[in-house]
Amino acid sequence: MYDVSAVRNDFPILSRQVNGKPLVYLDNAATSQKPQSMIDALVDYYSRYNSNVHRGVHTLSMEATDAYELARQKIATFINAPSPDNLIFVRNTSEAINLVAYSWAAANLKKGDRVVSTEMEHHSNLVPWQHAVAEAGAELKLMKMAEDYSLDLSELDELLTPQTKLVAFTQMSNVLGTITPAKEIVAAAHRVGALALVDAAQSVPHIAVDVQDLDCDFLAFSGHKMAGPMGIGVLYVKSEVLEQMEPFLRGGEMVLEVTYEKATWADLPMKFEAGTPSVADSIGLGAAVDYLTALGMDNIRQHEVELTTYALERFKELEEVTTYGPTDMSIRGGVVSFTMGNVHPHDIGQVLDQAGVAIRTGHHCAMPLVRSRLHLPATARASFYLYNTEAEVDALIDGLKTTSRFFGDASSRRS
Amino acid sequence: MQAPDGLDDLYQDIILDHYRSPRNQGALEHPHLHGEGFNPFCGDQIHLTMTLGEDGRINGVGFVGQGCSISQASASMLSDQLKGKTLDEAEAFVRMFKGIMQGEEVSEELEEEIGEIASLQGVRQFPVRIKCALLGWTTLQDAIREYRETAS
Repeated sequence: MYDVSAVRNDFPILSRQVNGKPLVYLDNAATSQKPQSMIDALVDYYSRYNSNVHRGVHTLSMEATDAYELARQKIATFINAPSPDNLIFVRNTSEAINLVAYSWAAANLKKGDRVVSTEMEHHSNLVPWQHAVAEAGAELKLMKMAEDYSLDLSELDELLTPQTKLVAFTQMSNVLGTITPAKEIVAAAHRVGALALVDAAQSVPHIAVDVQDLDCDFLAFSGHKMAGPMGIGVLYVKSEVLEQMEPFLRGGEMVLEVTYEKATWADLPMKFEAGTPSVADSIGLGAAVDYLTALGMDNIRQHEVELTTYALERFKELEEVTTYGPTDMSIRGGVVSFTMGNVHPHDIGQVLDQAGVAIRTGHHCAMPLVRSRLHLPATARASFYLYNTEAEVDALIDGLKTTSRFFGDASSRRS
Repeated sequence: MQAPDGLDDLYQDIILDHYRSPRNQGALEHPHLHGEGFNPFCGDQIHLTMTLGEDGRINGVGFVGQGCSISQASASMLSDQLKGKTLDEAEAFVRMFKGIMQGEEVSEELEEEIGEIASLQGVRQFPVRIKCALLGWTTLQDAIREYRETAS
């Protein structure tokens, strides 16, 4: 294990105050904070070798290109991709999934086909498929959430018909923290000849992910949730699938030869990276991956399991609080969604903010899950990362006790 | 109970009183106007119904909703002051409140006129909550617009 107090010193933002109180940042499922080494990588790039990549013979351009491709290599190693060429840099998970929807699905989904997803998706892995099936005349079917907030696989065999072309699912729910049996689902998809897409936005930052072990065809994640910068994300695509895919965006940087009439495409993965890429942010993500690797993903996971276990125990002190998510920590990440009597999450968030505690309130970009399955207008959510501490969980619980005392009366009279 | 430090402007007693015991609760059976307000950001909802007298003035108001204290208290305060207003006056009332939320000064005269609603001024220090405070009001505005469109 690592020393959490030493790790906290690596994150400059964690020493700031909010409303006169030390910041307690518990909104990590929305975005994580950044270590100084990552921030330095961005500053270093812009201070020393800012230049466009993959052109120019001048020194700066070569340095920038080398750093950009080294970052791709580091990230490929981090998820155990066979080659850096399997990785396409995008802006974020949503863009990665849209790339698959507009390139692969547009060419491969036909009338009568089926896409299977789950009830616990973030909008980013639901809305693109709603559109893709509508365009193709295909249908979208969903795996259900079970009573214990795990993913219900009992209907998987019926859902996976020979018409099923894609199974697109989250590896970790951003609302419930549920970790899904990704390897099993990928294997089931492959048995009926479907491809499998893993939304790894919440998993790659928190657990060790090995794309070759999962055997998935697509895997998408964002840099900013894993100590990297905003504006950079990754789509991993298995080689044999990637080779068959047509570009999604066309223009500069992605071409081999252009005449006034037509163009041929550059090699993979540049064929999918039209225009000047986000060079600094890619390098920043490489630095973030270095940071996570040095701590060790298994250590990070263990830290979050211990912290979440502690938090769930402390939540039990609050009678009027209901938490949502699996109780089995082997299938749960560091996410705790909760409600408190009839006190609206927005009011909870406001009182906590006054105490310096940052949580998320609302539907967490999973509106159908929160409203139609949990039957709630909104929830409050605390989500942890590698730098959070038990003392911060205590600050959260203290803040909730204050909230409860203050609104308690109101909540009982409205119920 | 005393509001948590720094929040006494936002959570004034009068606001909490409206939140705890919202006025004009319920949906009217044969409303002339009705509106649905929804704030997807936080899941706040307001269903507003109103009836008009022969003189064209609002003579019945009912609202049901769920949401945070600010959205529900603001809608409750609004519902309390609508009776007797013409639709033009109600619209002017909405414009006045939006102005306050956008930072317009509240004169002593106006403060007296709007009564309890003046307590919502504290919301301005919390910009994300302004939308909550406005929900009932924009719902009213939509209801009036829809009524006029159907009537014309």
